[in-house]
Amino acid sequence: MLKKLALAATLALAPVSGAFAAGASGHVENFDFSFEGPFGTFDQAQLQRGLQVYTQVCSACHGMKYVPLRTLSADDGPGMPEDQVRAYASQFFEVYDEEIEDFRPARPTDHFPENNAAGAPDLSLMAKARAGFHGPYGLGINQFFKGMGGPEYIASLLHGYTGEEKEEAGAILYENTAFPGGWISMAPPLYGDDVEYSDGTEASIEQEAQDVAAFLMWAAEPKLMARKQAGFVGVVFLTVLSVLLYLTNKRLWAPVKARAKD
Amino acid sequence: MSGIPHDHYEPSTGGEKWLHSRLPIVGLLYDTLMIPTPKNLNWMWIWGIVLAFCLALQIITGIVLVMHYTPHVDLAFGSIEHIMRNVNGGAMLRYLHMNGASLFFVAVYAHIFRGLYYGSYKAPREITWIVGMLIYLLMMGTAFMGYVLPWGQMSFWGATVITGLFGAIPFIGESIQTWLLGGPAVDNATLNRFFSLHYLLPFVIAGLVIVHIWAFHTTGNNNPTGVEVRRTSKADAEKDTLPFWPYFVIKDLFALAVVLVVFFAVVGFMPNYLGHPDNYIEANPLATPAHIVPEWYFLPFYAILRAFDSEVWVVIAANFVTGGIVDAKFFGVLAMFGAIVVMALVPWLDTSSVRSGRYRPMFKMWFWLFVVNFFVLMWVGAMPAEGIYPYIALLGSTYWFAYFLVILPLLGVLEKPLPQPDTIEDDFKAHYGKSSSNDGATAATPAE
Repeated sequence: MLKKLALAATLALAPVSGAFAAGASGHVENFDFSFEGPFGTFDQAQLQRGLQVYTQVCSACHGMKYVPLRTLSADDGPGMPEDQVRAYASQFFEVYDEEIEDFRPARPTDHFPENNAAGAPDLSLMAKARAGFHGPYGLGINQFFKGMGGPEYIASLLHGYTGEEKEEAGAILYENTAFPGGWISMAPPLYGDDVEYSDGTEASIEQEAQDVAAFLMWAAEPKLMARKQAGFVGVVFLTVLSVLLYLTNKRLWAPVKARAKD
Repeated sequence: MSGIPHDHYEPSTGGEKWLHSRLPIVGLLYDTLMIPTPKNLNWMWIWGIVLAFCLALQIITGIVLVMHYTPHVDLAFGSIEHIMRNVNGGAMLRYLHMNGASLFFVAVYAHIFRGLYYGSYKAPREITWIVGMLIYLLMMGTAFMGYVLPWGQMSFWGATVITGLFGAIPFIGESIQTWLLGGPAVDNATLNRFFSLHYLLPFVIAGLVIVHIWAFHTTGNNNPTGVEVRRTSKADAEKDTLPFWPYFVIKDLFALAVVLVVFFAVVGFMPNYLGHPDNYIEANPLATPAHIVPEWYFLPFYAILRAFDSEVWVVIAANFVTGGIVDAKFFGVLAMFGAIVVMALVPWLDTSSVRSGRYRPMFKMWFWLFVVNFFVLMWVGAMPAEGIYPYIALLGSTYWFAYFLVILPLLGVLEKPLPQPDTIEDDFKAHYGKSSSNDGATAATPAE
C-alpha cells in the first residue's frame, strides 16, 4: 500500500522533478531589496504596499497561517498603528471560532487565515522555502554573494508570465520564465493597477511584484532586523574580545619565546 | 594522572586537607588544568576547545528550545514557527542551534584532519582516537535526528532515505527498519523517538568527551613533531612543555573568539545559507522533493553511499559471490559505514614508525590528496546522480579506501622519512630562536 502510494506520488511529480533534474530552473532576476546585506532593513512603506497586494490579490487563493495579525504593528515590520491593525483584521479577514462554532471577523490575536480553497500553497514561509540562486556547479557561490534569492524568485515569478498557455491533463498551465520547468498552474495574478496605492506609488506589475515579495520576506522572517542587529553586536564584541585575547596571548608567550633565543 | 612528571596539588590549609582526604576534587581539577602541554603546539591544536564550546552551546540552546518545541507530526513544524515568531530571542536561539551544528562539524573535521596529518592516532594514543571516532559517530546520529525534528520536507524525506538504508540489510533489514521507525513508515512514532534520542545522545557524547580527555591526559598530547615529551626528569619535561593554564587556555580562547566572529556573522547575516529551502515546507508524505540532499557535513559519505551502483564491477562481483545477498544498495550501505570503520582502524593500518606527517615526504602528498578528495566527495554528494558525477563519486570513494587500506600500509615500508628533531625544545628553538622579531600572531606556531 505504502509503496503504491510512494509510486503514485513519484509519478505525479515526475514532470516537475524531471525539470529540476535537467537543470531547467527558470530565470531569476537579482532585484535590489532594501533588506539585503548585513545592514539592510525592511522598507516600512514597501511592506505596507506589499500587504495591500497580498490582501487584495494573493489572499483570494493563498493563506498565511503562521503569521499572527498582531505582528503587523511590529516596529521592525510593517509598523501599522494598533487600532489600524484591529480595523484591518476585522475588515478583510474572517476566521472560524470554535467557541461560537461559526465564522467571525478576525482580531489582531488571530493569525492570517489559511486558505486551501484553490489548493494553493501557504505563503507564510514562501520567501524562505524557495531559492532563486544556485551554484554554479553546486558550489554555493551565487547564494553567498546574492543571498538565497527567495524574494527575488517570488518577484521574478510574478512578472515572468509570457502570456502563453497550454492544457495538460485537464489543467491549464501558464508559461513562466522564472518557474522551474517553465509551466505553472497559477494563472497570472498581476496585470498592473491591481491595487491603488495610498502613498501614490504607481502600481506597475514590477512594483507590485517587488512589494509583495518584500512583504512575504517579512512574513517569513519577521525577526530579520533584530537578527542582523544581534549578529552585528556579536561580531563587534567578539572582534574586540579577539584583539584583547591576542594581546594577552602575545604578552603571555613573549618571555617563553625570548628564552628560546638563548 | 599524566605520565609526564610535573607538580601535583598539595593541600596547604586545614580545610583543604580535610576536603582532599575525603574527595580529591581540587587535585583533579588542578592536575587537569596544569597538565604539561608540548610548547610547540600549532594553531591546528585549537579545535578541541571549539568542539567543547560547540557541545556546550548545543546543549544549552537545545534545552531552551525544547521548552517551546512540540514533538508531534501535526504540531512540530508550527511549534518551530512559534519559536521563530513568539518566543523572546527564539529566532536567535534556533539559528544558533541550527548553525551550531555546522560549526560543530567544521571543527570536528579540522580536528580529525589534524590527527590524521600529525599521526595523533598512533601508539600510545589509539584509545583517544577510537573514543574520538565514537564521538564523531554519535555526533552524526544526533545531527541527523535533530534535522528531522522541524518536520520539514527534507526532515521527512531525509529520514525516509536514511532509515531506508537499514532496510537494505539482507533478511532482517525490513524488521530492523520497522523497529527503528516504530512503524511501517516515518511517522509520529519516529519523530518521538528521534526527539528522545536527540536529547539523550549529547549527554552520552559529553561522557565520552571526558573519556577522550582522560585518555590523552594519560598519554600526553601529541605535537607537530610527533616527538614525545622527555619524561626522564621533571626538569627535562619542563623544557619541552608549558602548563595548560595559562598558556594554552589563553591561546585557545583567542582562537575560539576568532572562530566565533565568523560564526556570529553567519548566524546574524546568512543563517539559512547552509540549510535547504525545502525544509521551510512542512513535511508531506505524498510529495517527494526533486532532490533529497542531506546536510553538507554528511555529503562525503552520501557520495560514497551512492557511488556503488549496480554497474560497478566490485558490486557485480560481490553480488555474484554472495549469491545475490549483497546487492548494490546493501553494498553502498556497507561502503558508507566501511568508510568510517577504515578511518577508525587507522592506528593499525598506518605502518610508518614516524608519527608526524611533517617528516614524511611521500605521505604529505597522499594526505593532501585525501583532503582534496574529501571536498570533492562533499561536492559530488550534492550533485544529482547522473552524467559524469557518479564516476567522480566512484573515483573519490575508491581513493578514500585506497588511502587507508593500501597507501598507508605501504608507505611505512616504501617511504624514507626526513630527520626528526631530538626534542620538542629543539623544534621550538629552531623556530623562535632564529627570528629576531617577536610576532605574537605566530606564538607557539612552529614553521610548517
